[in-house]
Amino acid sequence: MPVITYREALNLALREEMQRDDRVFVIGEEVGLYEGAYKVTQGLLKEFGPRRIVDTPIAESGFTGAGIGAAMVGLRPVVEMMTFNFALLALDQIVNSAAKLHYMSGGQYHIPIVIRGPGGPAHQLAAQHSQSMETYFYHVPGLKVVRPSTPADAKGLLKSAIRDDNPVIFIESETLYAVKGEVPEDPDFTIPLGQAVVRREGTDVTVVAYMGMYYRAMEAAEELEKEGISVEIVDPRTLRPMDVDTIMASVRKTHRAVVVEAGAGFAGMGSEISAWIQEHAFDDLDAPVERVTGENAPMPYARNLERAKTPSKDKIIAAIRHVCYANGG
Amino acid sequence: MAQRTAKGPAPRVPALDEELARRLLFDMMLIRRFEEKAGEMYALGKIGGFLHLSIGEEAVAVGAISTLRPDDYAISTYREHGHCLAKGSDPRRVMAELFGRRDGLSKGKGGSMHLFDKTVNFLGGHAIVGAHLPLATGVAFASKYRSDDRVILCFFGDGSVPEGEFHESMNLAALWKLPVVFICENNRYAMGTSLERALAQTEIWKFGHAYHMACEPVDGMDVLAVRDSIGKAVERARRESAPTLVEARTYRFRGHSMRDPAGAVYRTKEEVEREKLRDPIVLFRTRASEAGVLTDADVKALEKDVNDRVDEAVAFAEASPEPPVEWLFTDIYKEND
Ligand SMILES: Cc1ncc(C[n+]2csc(CCOP(=O)(O)OP(=O)(O)O)c2C)c(N)n1
Ligand SMILES: [Mg+2]
Repeated sequence: MPVITYREALNLALREEMQRDDRVFVIGEEVGLYEGAYKVTQGLLKEFGPRRIVDTPIAESGFTGAGIGAAMVGLRPVVEMMTFNFALLALDQIVNSAAKLHYMSGGQYHIPIVIRGPGGPAHQLAAQHSQSMETYFYHVPGLKVVRPSTPADAKGLLKSAIRDDNPVIFIESETLYAVKGEVPEDPDFTIPLGQAVVRREGTDVTVVAYMGMYYRAMEAAEELEKEGISVEIVDPRTLRPMDVDTIMASVRKTHRAVVVEAGAGFAGMGSEISAWIQEHAFDDLDAPVERVTGENAPMPYARNLERAKTPSKDKIIAAIRHVCYANGG
Repeated sequence: MAQRTAKGPAPRVPALDEELARRLLFDMMLIRRFEEKAGEMYALGKIGGFLHLSIGEEAVAVGAISTLRPDDYAISTYREHGHCLAKGSDPRRVMAELFGRRDGLSKGKGGSMHLFDKTVNFLGGHAIVGAHLPLATGVAFASKYRSDDRVILCFFGDGSVPEGEFHESMNLAALWKLPVVFICENNRYAMGTSLERALAQTEIWKFGHAYHMACEPVDGMDVLAVRDSIGKAVERARRESAPTLVEARTYRFRGHSMRDPAGAVYRTKEEVEREKLRDPIVLFRTRASEAGVLTDADVKALEKDVNDRVDEAVAFAEASPEPPVEWLFTDIYKEND
């Protein structure tokens, strides 16, 4: 299986889906001539031309709404947000139009759109360009929300998102674009939305983590292995709909859980998952579920403060030890 | 201000044949009667939420939509009963939607502000001011993408003009040369805020110039003038794939919604009474009878027809059951075919 970067995997997914279906087009700022602010759309203008690779002015609400309108009448737009921070300017279109038109029309219209781009803590980009953006979207019925952690997931999930008949919020990460991994070449390879994956098998504790936090949890798990703590890592991949069955099966096996998220902890994904576990698997638990989250502060610029804001490997290790009632926990 | 300052070319008077006169008058009267009835039903508690009537503004919806082919699109705001009916929706299903019943256009899940009818290409009822202008732009983008020459009419109020999405959409539509006609129904108020208190430029059509877009004002109380103006814009969209901004000057005779009694604090009774003298239905009826295309008997017959249709609509809505409670959870996500 070829080893390619996360960025190349996304690019491949776009190319394959555009080759497969003429209704698919890419629209956003700098997606064409500039080849993408993060080069995800590299080469696409050359291959597909300006009809299908559409550069826009800086008008997030306008071009996102235009994508939704085009989807209403049967096209399948992929809207690129240069970064997801700017999606807030289109939040009304996403929440009040994309997510609700199917419902409000009693099922007459549906919105097959993907809104994608990077959005997560990134290196020293400060408060407006470095934050976990999924929180703003996964609350909304009618949206699907995907956070792909690996190159293979990036490809397989983006292809599914494009083929899905509903609005999909697909949030990548600046810090993962250069990550390499094995990615199936098969153009029919897809990963269904709403399916979590057990990334690492273990017996003592379940850690739920995605994106950068998944990689950090892996490091923590390797380290704890040496102490004899066996960590299972579940990556939800799709945050809405959430594959609670996979998470629950793991918790029923390990009887302990730690949920990690990069974003500010208050009312975050960690709260949701730990509430779910306690509601549905309370009797299986040997310890209270623990959360490791970003601090409840905006992202600072200074390197040391930035480090303090985001969950560290040490914090993850401490939480795991704690739920395992282990040494130093 | 009955004498509008609508400049630009004097409206050409297209030939008025009997068939056309009958259709335009019928559609305007149907909307008028339908909304009067809806107002009554609201007072009886049969309709809930917000109910916005377009009484006084019927000539804009009817004149504009009369220029479309059935496969063309229309999209509108929450004040959209008229556009939906003019596009050809069944009044019974519209009324059932207002009643929140299962046979409503949106199965009772949308209500008065969210009418959608795919069978007639009516793309909705949108209640966030300005938000459907980008949608219309995207629909026009799709027409051009597919080279299928379908045009979209986008109706919105003067209250959308200060919104960013108006300007974003105008720019994108002009930049990309899209087949959309933006129709501003300027009734001079956004709730209680008059044009003068909301816009530095109150001649709304002139915003077209800023975006290098064809634009003109039209007397929105004159159904034939609207038809003429929008007819040209639709041809421009279809033949040249170019957008147009039309400012239709009109007036709502009722309050903003049923919760705002007409003639409230922000405008005078005298102003409302003066505007009512330009009732678009009366104006057109007079014109048609003076031109000898419709007799009093014709009008009486149309009136009866309209009353029957609206009575049927109410009976249908009354008889339609409430949506089953399981429908709370349907149509949130579409299953892939
Ligand atoms: C974005 C947004 N802001 C405020 C409102 C509340 N609101 C509903 S209708 C309205 C007035 C709009 O006036 P206009 O566009 O002129 O349309 P009209 O009601 O006159 O037809 C306002 C402020 C809203 N629905 N959406
Ligand atoms: Mg108004």
